[in-house]
Amino acid sequence: MTTGTASPALEVRGLVKRYPVKGGLFGGGRVVHALDGVTLSLVHGETLAIVGESGCGKSTFARCVVRLEEPTAGSVLLNGADITRLGARALRPLRRHMQIIFQDPYASLNPRYSIASLVGDAMRLRGISGRKERRRRVAELLETVGLGAEFLDRYPHELSGGQRQRVAIARALAAEPEVIVCDEPVSALDVSIQAQVINLLKRLQKRFGIAYVFISHDLSLVRHISDRIAVMYLGQIVELADTSAVRARVLHPYSQALFSAAPVADPGATARKKRIILVGEVPSPIDPPRACRFHTRCPYRQDICAEKAPELRPVEGRLVRCHFAGEPGFPPMPAQEAAMHG
Amino acid sequence: MSAPVLAVDGLTVEFRTALGTVRAVDDLSFTIGEGETVAIVGESGSGKSTVALALLRLVPDPPGRIVAGRVRLDRQDLLTLDDAEIRKVRGRRMAMIFQDPMMALNPVYTVERQIGEVLRLHLGLPRQQVFDQVVELLRLVGVPAPEDRARQYPHNLSGGMRQRVMIAMALACKPRLLIADEPTTALDVTVQAQVLELIQELKSRLGMAVLLITHDLSIVAETAHRVIVMYTGRKVEEGATAEIFADPRHPYTGGLLGAAKWEENEGNELREIPGAVPSPFDMPRGCSFAPRCAVALARCREHAPALADVAPGRPVRCFVAQEAAR
Repeated sequence: MTTGTASPALEVRGLVKRYPVKGGLFGGGRVVHALDGVTLSLVHGETLAIVGESGCGKSTFARCVVRLEEPTAGSVLLNGADITRLGARALRPLRRHMQIIFQDPYASLNPRYSIASLVGDAMRLRGISGRKERRRRVAELLETVGLGAEFLDRYPHELSGGQRQRVAIARALAAEPEVIVCDEPVSALDVSIQAQVINLLKRLQKRFGIAYVFISHDLSLVRHISDRIAVMYLGQIVELADTSAVRARVLHPYSQALFSAAPVADPGATARKKRIILVGEVPSPIDPPRACRFHTRCPYRQDICAEKAPELRPVEGRLVRCHFAGEPGFPPMPAQEAAMHG
Repeated sequence: MSAPVLAVDGLTVEFRTALGTVRAVDDLSFTIGEGETVAIVGESGSGKSTVALALLRLVPDPPGRIVAGRVRLDRQDLLTLDDAEIRKVRGRRMAMIFQDPMMALNPVYTVERQIGEVLRLHLGLPRQQVFDQVVELLRLVGVPAPEDRARQYPHNLSGGMRQRVMIAMALACKPRLLIADEPTTALDVTVQAQVLELIQELKSRLGMAVLLITHDLSIVAETAHRVIVMYTGRKVEEGATAEIFADPRHPYTGGLLGAAKWEENEGNELREIPGAVPSPFDMPRGCSFAPRCAVALARCREHAPALADVAPGRPVRCFVAQEAAR
C-alpha cells in the first residue's frame, strides 16, 4: 500500500450500523440505530476525538472502523483503499495499518501469553519471523512505552492497570500502524496514571506520525489531546470542529449542554460558570426522535425541529447539524438562558 | 461552634489476608459539620472506600477489622454499638449512596417496596402513608411521573433514574449524614450534572452533612467545602477546597492536580506522577510517597512523616512541606 501524505490516512463515508432487536415482547422488527451516516476523515499524524454520552454510537463507530463489526452501509477507506467489503484473508495484511486500544487492559490481553508473545505476535504479521529478532524488537518497544526488558517474560496478571495499558500500546505499535483507534484508553486508570499514558500517546504520535481516533467521554481530556472534535448524539455527528474553535465556542445546543455539564477542576471557575442542565436523558436509539434527534431535549427547539431533520452543514468553519446554527447569537450563552425562558 | 455531625478519631482498619495484614486505613481523623460537604480524594488503594464502609460498620469481618479509633455521630459513639443498635443508625441517621445503583437495589422489589422498607422499618409508617411518602420522595429527587415509577422495578429504569431512586432511598429518613461513594462515576456527564446538583440542593434543604468519596478532582472542586487527600491509607493533606486547589502543599496533591489540568496544558505534556501506588504488601519504609516524589529527601526514605499543620487548618504529612512552612 502506498502512503500518500496528501490523501487522508482514514476516510469514513456514510457509515451506518443497525442492530435488529431480537425476540422479547417488543422484538418484532425493531431496530437499534447505532450509527446513522457518519462521515469524517483523518490525516496522518492528526488526533480526531469523538465525544458523546452512552448510546451515541462512539464505540460502535470504533468497532466498525476496524471491522470488528460489519457496518450496515457506508465505507471505510484506509490510505485510500476501501476495506469495507474485503474478506478476512484480504483484510489481514491491511490490519497492521490500523490498530485499536481498548478501555480495559485487563480484558484485552490474553492472560495465558507472556508479554513477549503478546507483543511479538503483531510482529509476525509484519513478517519478522526469527524468534530472537522478535524478542529483541519487543524489548525495544517495551523501552519505548516506558517498560523495561524485564517485562518480557511476565504475564498480564503480574502488571498494574497502567502497565497493562502500556503493553496494549506496545502491541499496537508493533504493527507499525498509521492509525490507532483509542477507545476510552485511560478511563479505567487512576488519575496520576492517566497523565502518564496520555503523555506517552502524544510522544509516540510525534515520533511516528500516527493518527489517532480518540474516543472518550472525558471532555477536558479530549480538549487537551485532540486537533479536532466530533460530538455525537444518537448515532449522528452533531458538530465537527477544530479543538481551538471548540474551546472558544460550540455552536450546537447539545455540544453546548455537554461541555457546560463537564465539571472543572478549579473551584474559582465553578462560581463563574453557568451550567445548562438538560431535561431527561438520552432517548433510546431503538426509537430515536424523528426530525432533529435532539429536539426532545433541546432548550431552544422550534416547530421546525420536530418536522424536518437538519443536515450536517458548514457554519463558521465547522460542521453543525442544527437548523439555527449560524444565526446571530445562537445558541444563546448560558448567562442569557434565564432571560430567554422568562 | 456547634458540635460536628460526624467526628472520626484515629480510625484504623486492617485486613488479614494470606499474604499478611494490610492496614487499609491508618489513624484517620476528621469532622464534618452540619450542611458541610467534605470530600475524601484518592486513587485506588488509598483506603477511601474502606472509610465509608467503616463508618457504617460494614467492613466485612473477616477479613477486615476496625482495630482502633472512635466514630461519633452527633456525639454518639458508633463503634461500641451492638448489631441491633447500629442497624437503627444505618439508613435512618446515616445513609449511603453507591457508585452502582444496580448493585444497591433489589431487582425483584418494586421501587415502592425498596424505599418503603426503609420507612416501615425506621419510622413504622402505615401502608397508605408509605406509598404517599415514597411518591413524595421520588418527586423530591426529580423522578417524573412518580406514581407510575413507584410501581416499576429497577430494570425498568435508566441509570440516572436508578441513581435517583437510590438517593430517594438514602434520604427517606432525612439522615444527618449522607455518604456518597463515587455517586456519579457510572453516569453520563449531563446526568452527572443533574445528580450532583440534586445532592447539593437536598443538602441545603435538609441540613445534612455530606461525605463525598471520589477520585475526580473536578467534582471535588465543584461540590466540596473541604478536602481530605488520602494516599496508601493515610491522610496526607487536608484543607479548604479553594486553598487546596490554589496552593497544594503535599507533593502528591500537587501531582494529582497537575495531572488533572488537561486544559491548561493544551499541546504540552502533562505533569505526571511517575511510578504507581505501592503494593500494600510491599510498603516502602519512610514516607509511602517518597519513591514517586520529585522533592524527596534522604530523610523521607528513612522516616515516615507525621501530620503537622503548615498553616491554620492545613495539616500536611510531608517533611519538605513542613520544613518550608517554618
